[in-house]
Amino acid sequence: MSDLTRLTAAALAEKIHSREVSAVEAARAHLDRIAAVEPVVHAFLHVGAEAALAAAQRTDEALAAGERPASPLAGVPLALKDVFTTSDMPTTCGSRILDGWQPPYDATVTERLRAAGITILGKTNMDEFAMGSSTEHSAYGVTRNPWDTSRVPGGSGGGSAAALAAHEAPLAIGTDTGGSIRQPAAFTGTVGVKPTYGGVSRYGLVACASSLDQGGPCARTVLDAALLHEVIGGHDPRDSTSIDRPVPAVVEAARQGASGDLSGLRVGVVRELGGEGYQPGVRAAYDASLRRLEKLGAELVEVSCPHFEYGMAAYYLILPSEVSSNLARFDAMRYGLRVEEGRSAEEVMANTREQGFGPEVKRRIMLGTYALSSGYYDAYYGQAQKVRTLISRDFDAAFAQADVLVSPTTPTVPFPIGDKVDDPLAMYLNDLATIPTNLAGVAGMSVPSGLADGLPTGLQIMAPALGEAVMYRVGAAFEAARDADEGGPLIARVPEVTA
Amino acid sequence: MTAAVELVDFDDVVARFDPVMGIEVHVELSTNTKMFCGCPTEFGAEPNTQVCPVCLGLPGALPVVNRAAVESAIRIGLALNCSIAPWGRFARKNYFYPDMPKNFQTSQYDEPIAVDGFLDLTLDDGEVVRIGIERAHMEEDTGKSLHVGGATGRIHGADHSLLDYNRAGVPLIEIVTKMIPDTGARAPEVARAYVTALRDLIKSLGVSDVRMDQGSMRADVNLSLSPKGSGTLGTRTETKNVNSLRSVERAVRHEMGRQAAVLDAGGEIVQETRHFDEQTGHTRAGRRKETSEDYRYFPEPDLVPIAPSAEWIEELRATLPELPWERRRRIQDEWGVSDEEIRDLVNAGALDLVEATVAAGAPSQEARSWWVSYLAQQANTRSVELADLAITPEQVARVVELVASGELTNKLARQVVDGVLDGEGSPDEVVAARGLKVVSDEGELIAAVDAALAAQPDVAEKIRGGKVQAAGAIVGAVMKATKGQADAKRVRELVIERVGA
Amino acid sequence: MTTDSPAAGGAITRDEVAHLARLARLAVTEEELDVFAGQLDVIIGSVARVGEVAADDIPPTSHAVPLENVFRADEIRPGLTQEQALAGAPAAEDGRFRVPRILGEEA
Repeated sequence: MSDLTRLTAAALAEKIHSREVSAVEAARAHLDRIAAVEPVVHAFLHVGAEAALAAAQRTDEALAAGERPASPLAGVPLALKDVFTTSDMPTTCGSRILDGWQPPYDATVTERLRAAGITILGKTNMDEFAMGSSTEHSAYGVTRNPWDTSRVPGGSGGGSAAALAAHEAPLAIGTDTGGSIRQPAAFTGTVGVKPTYGGVSRYGLVACASSLDQGGPCARTVLDAALLHEVIGGHDPRDSTSIDRPVPAVVEAARQGASGDLSGLRVGVVRELGGEGYQPGVRAAYDASLRRLEKLGAELVEVSCPHFEYGMAAYYLILPSEVSSNLARFDAMRYGLRVEEGRSAEEVMANTREQGFGPEVKRRIMLGTYALSSGYYDAYYGQAQKVRTLISRDFDAAFAQADVLVSPTTPTVPFPIGDKVDDPLAMYLNDLATIPTNLAGVAGMSVPSGLADGLPTGLQIMAPALGEAVMYRVGAAFEAARDADEGGPLIARVPEVTA
Repeated sequence: MTAAVELVDFDDVVARFDPVMGIEVHVELSTNTKMFCGCPTEFGAEPNTQVCPVCLGLPGALPVVNRAAVESAIRIGLALNCSIAPWGRFARKNYFYPDMPKNFQTSQYDEPIAVDGFLDLTLDDGEVVRIGIERAHMEEDTGKSLHVGGATGRIHGADHSLLDYNRAGVPLIEIVTKMIPDTGARAPEVARAYVTALRDLIKSLGVSDVRMDQGSMRADVNLSLSPKGSGTLGTRTETKNVNSLRSVERAVRHEMGRQAAVLDAGGEIVQETRHFDEQTGHTRAGRRKETSEDYRYFPEPDLVPIAPSAEWIEELRATLPELPWERRRRIQDEWGVSDEEIRDLVNAGALDLVEATVAAGAPSQEARSWWVSYLAQQANTRSVELADLAITPEQVARVVELVASGELTNKLARQVVDGVLDGEGSPDEVVAARGLKVVSDEGELIAAVDAALAAQPDVAEKIRGGKVQAAGAIVGAVMKATKGQADAKRVRELVIERVGA
Repeated sequence: MTTDSPAAGGAITRDEVAHLARLARLAVTEEELDVFAGQLDVIIGSVARVGEVAADDIPPTSHAVPLENVFRADEIRPGLTQEQALAGAPAAEDGRFRVPRILGEEA
């Protein structure tokens, strides 16, 4: 393995900008690494080697011409979740129904990455249309967890997280609807951030559930995530739900946090998250994390969020409802798969959707169709929206007592491939702790907290809307303390991938 | 498809039943761009050239509301005396259809931007009817399908269809009336008058070109019958594709006769969508749906609520132009015309033309007279709408001016107008080309009078002897000699003068 | 999450699933109907818990962001060419998307 693939994005960027290493060399090192481990990991659905090298070349040329780097991450390679549109690569969302679809436009996130001089290596695997917690619901095969290739990397953004853990890329982009960035981050010993809803443009992000989806940065360190956050964040007039405010100063906060002092900061420990239903190993790692935060000078405050227990139920009504509508457009008329069976447009639509969607997607479409049906709307969708209000109020009350809230990111460590794929409810429980932030639109991140039975666990840090700075500060402080105590970053202990 | 039924005679229907109507009108706004994206809205472009990821419903694309469309909706609401909702969201109306790129229509559902207004209509006999407005809301139009194979573009029997999404996403305002009861035999007339008044109102706001023939204004008519005095409400049908003012009237009349026939035969009215056939003037049942519609409305998560401030609403109210009824009242005052006269002008489609002619300098009396008599006849003869005659109000005003100054007689003026209508140019050009000017050169006229007197010395003698009425023969001769282009009154004066000299 | 809420079991029948599939334009197989009926029944029984929260006076939340009045100026923006628009189409003819014959009428 080339040393270049072991560097943090910040360190690699420094080498590229000082012209010690070229962006092309950096891209090539990662493409070589991808070629070596992909047969096992399968983090990517598409690798755009040529385009990546061309983009890196442009960065090198600009630097050679004496231009300032387009961004602090110019020249650094990145893995993009296959849910963002790219005009030079297919976009499938892990679904057969979009097999080979080449969008005629770039997502805002894609545009911003390009404008920042970041080298997009390819598109990463995911649960179909971001529905799932294991990446097993991809139509293109499962992604394996580099920590134990018999286990899942989490989902839906398992491809992006596994690419980071397998050192195929130092940066990745994910999307988080109920935990799809944070849960895979926890499962792979990496860092994942779900920004405040409206903080990162959704234009060109193929929707799962519009009111919950949020794109965000994935990396191996908190600082790298912060650097990427500032590249992709900020107002976009093409997204009506985009917040017209400056991106929180997360890079500065991450650097400040790394100094390791959290004195005067109140950390809310959510009573309802981390107890019953969480594996003993996960709870042990969580307890150790709380002690570590205390050691950093933070004041731990117990907070109660009584309606969180209804979060899962509300989520599995709101999400499928929006999904049933968002995915109606995949009908074989204008793009994507067309199954030429049937005597009419109606039959071709129904047959294409039947064959183009996997079982989890179909399940959620029907669930959402049910929840929105006249006669059921008030009891299901309507009531779920009220629960959403109550959960927001729980957050408001908790944030009145604490600057950030914490919990374990997931109830379990990564589970074996195939374990839960036929038990939807068991699968849904993965997102127990991450769902409330999506419902309320607040920010959340997962940082590696340690190993349990040799497998990674994550600490979730949650902050109020647009309160990312304090979240990154706590995350960076926690990361620095953990690395110092354990003699190096957790990710350094990931085993070498072997077939 | 139901078998053709013998319609019940209209008078018989209204003797025994009370019709209850509801009218939904869709108006396409003439904004520069679509409701949720920056694509142009112009009619008639090459297929699929006015599209983008948003209106094609491509994965990942997101809508952003067109401010001008919201302003148009609010202005329409205000002109219809509606309350403007202080807060409201768009909703998704979910159903699959190939002309709808997202397979849901973004529309306002239970939170329309304008509610609870009214529009007053004046019928032909001067009766004023107030139509309650339930709501006006914003939504987006669908694409257009072309059905290939089978009979003349009809959907039935087609082999396949071709889709053009240029129209997809064009802003629509749907205006829904409250129930319109108690119109009895006047139901067809009221329906037509309502759509006409609405069209004129929206035109005056300048927010749509309201062309029913191009589909930028479309009416759906709901109708039910209840047995007279029963107080119960009958089952209604919804007739779509009603695409002219005349059709609105015909569709109501036909549906009344048809429903009465079904009821008389002991049948039940089926709540259904019916289509109006312009050719036959009949309505026919649409295809029955396999499953009942369930649109599964829910608030559109990709758009945030619209909350017009009181200041914004007042700013928009201040931009309302003179509304049609206000204008009529003002014109009536200015011209001093009666209710009947103004109504005749409106019904003849002449009000705008007369006003423009007056604005171009003609007295209102002459302007009115030209448009409602000679020009109306010409429009009739030539089978065109008055407004489509090949003469402008400015040209009519010029003709009036030429008559007033004595350069044309009324008879000559009509010839000049004929020339303009035949494409011979402006009034002045026709006058010159056809040599139609009144002969006003005194010398020329005197010479003609002297010549006529010399040719008929006996008549000259009679006149000289006091038989002034004999002058008619000389005047006639002079008029003949000048091909009618002389002012007869002046000729007569000259004859007396020359004889007595 | 527990599945012993009042609505659990019998919340949804096989026929209802078939109806949902029709509404959602999914030509599900007979086998799938059985599987989905069982799974949806359990899931719906579970999510019905939202009904346990007394929330008569609680306003619903449809958007996670407190924004209002986000508009765009009425200005034309470049879109796609006809070629770009049709590039991903399963079939095209005369500059239009070609689709199989449509049975139903517009809603």
